[in-house]
Amino acid sequence: MLFPGLAWLGIFFLVPMYYLGKTSLERGLFPLFAFQWAWSNFHDALSLYGTQFGRSFEYAGVATAIALVVSYPLAYWIAFRGGRWKNLFLLLVIAPFFVTYLIRTLAWQTILSDDGFVANTLRQLGILGADGRLLATSVAVVAGITYNFLPFMVLPLYVSLEQIDVRLLEAAQDLFASRWRAFLRVTLPLSLPGVFAGTLLTFIPAAGDFINAQLLGTPRQYMIGNVIQSQFLAIRDYPTAAALSFVLMGIILAGVLVYARLLGTERLTGG
Amino acid sequence: MTAAAETLPRRATISFAWVRRHVLTVYAALALLYLFLPIAIVILFSFNNPAGRFNYTWQGFTLKNWENPLGYPGLSSAIKVSLEIAILSSLVATALGTLIALALVRYGFRGRGLVNLLIFMPMTTPEVVMGASLLALFVGWGVQLGFVTIFIAHVLFNISYVVVTVKARLVGFDRHLEEAAMDLGANEWTTFWKVTLPLIMPGILAAGLLAFALSVDDFVITYFNSGATTTFPLFVWGAARVAVPAQINVIGTTIFVVAVGAMLANIMIQNTRARRSASPA
Repeated sequence: MLFPGLAWLGIFFLVPMYYLGKTSLERGLFPLFAFQWAWSNFHDALSLYGTQFGRSFEYAGVATAIALVVSYPLAYWIAFRGGRWKNLFLLLVIAPFFVTYLIRTLAWQTILSDDGFVANTLRQLGILGADGRLLATSVAVVAGITYNFLPFMVLPLYVSLEQIDVRLLEAAQDLFASRWRAFLRVTLPLSLPGVFAGTLLTFIPAAGDFINAQLLGTPRQYMIGNVIQSQFLAIRDYPTAAALSFVLMGIILAGVLVYARLLGTERLTGG
Repeated sequence: MTAAAETLPRRATISFAWVRRHVLTVYAALALLYLFLPIAIVILFSFNNPAGRFNYTWQGFTLKNWENPLGYPGLSSAIKVSLEIAILSSLVATALGTLIALALVRYGFRGRGLVNLLIFMPMTTPEVVMGASLLALFVGWGVQLGFVTIFIAHVLFNISYVVVTVKARLVGFDRHLEEAAMDLGANEWTTFWKVTLPLIMPGILAAGLLAFALSVDDFVITYFNSGATTTFPLFVWGAARVAVPAQINVIGTTIFVVAVGAMLANIMIQNTRARRSASPA
């Protein structure tokens, strides 16, 4: 029963990782690469594209934080105030994401454009300078990333909030906890698994994204995904691109492990 | 919860609760508005009459984009490829993923942890990395990029999601029902088809729909492994660099309306059913 599915995952996930690893240690020019244990590829990749790596994690971090702030109250509201219409509200949350990813991002291009409503309003309010722009800035890129991965934040939050037994909150209030205190001591700790899943599910695709930087930013906002994409598909420097991919995956894996440990111990002590 | 708030003695607490509830509602409404803003733009601009090659500023109302959206060169074939790949890959991924989920929940075997890890890994791998690694494989094997490589990639990233979705349904499954069928003389095969499968069907359907949606929408992994084949997202990408025709908005709006309509219908049916089963028969 397991065999066909696992074979697919093995052949098309693990074997490609082997090829990616092999490519990352090769040297040469397209289409002739030779395997040489070229560890210097990793060193070069990091020293040349350290900025883009830093930027990717910065943008992804900020976007994840904003997404959490936007999503938590919304998920909370649906879970505790949605009543019979919970499913309908949940549908409303997911519905926008049935419009193709790229089309949504192009819509943000329109919203943030130089003569658009938002930019004009911000200029009139003096928040944006007379020739200030939104499009082609890091603000636009972070805004796009935040929006595009929002359901990955809302859904796990909703699932964990929805499972909370309301009687626990009533018990806390019976014991004279204020609503705020009941939230801090009961609801929030119980929803941490959702926070954990949501932030990971948002951060990982955000850190690897290149579409938002490409459509809403300029090369000055390019993230590591843009570099990997162009190294592979335009410049065709496969070894460098492969080394970059490996570093990205390694950092994310390490981050996931550390994060899991941090949040795990916090739940033990704070819960 | 409301009852608990109302039994609280002090009036101040009640009005505080009242304010807080409304603050939250306003916040939620604003968040929903934010979610729908870009969609409103997409729909609005499908009726725009763009002057130049780009469809970014409002020029005037027209219905002409809706008259023959598929007539735009290259658009209909891209949509056809997207649908074909989505149907094929979601069917295959759902079959493979359901089998894995059944095996994982049913049988205690050695190496389950490893299997779980192998299923979890693709979900934590950034799409660029997955796309790049598949490209490295296909280049290494000398495989011609095109329909087949896109199909392989889509099945790959869908399997994990199917396993997770079907597993969730299987965990709450009452095995006594199967035992009862067996006691009544059904063999394993009959039990599976007559009892197990119908009971987990909602989970399988949900997984299949999710796989279909993920496949239709995928851009990054497809971009790496498409060769000369163009799917709908790839078509939009190409257009974004040269000229964005309003017909793209028409297609986007159509997908949105169809998907939301189908989900709304599903919710209505479920609500009616729930009400019917709640009232005494």
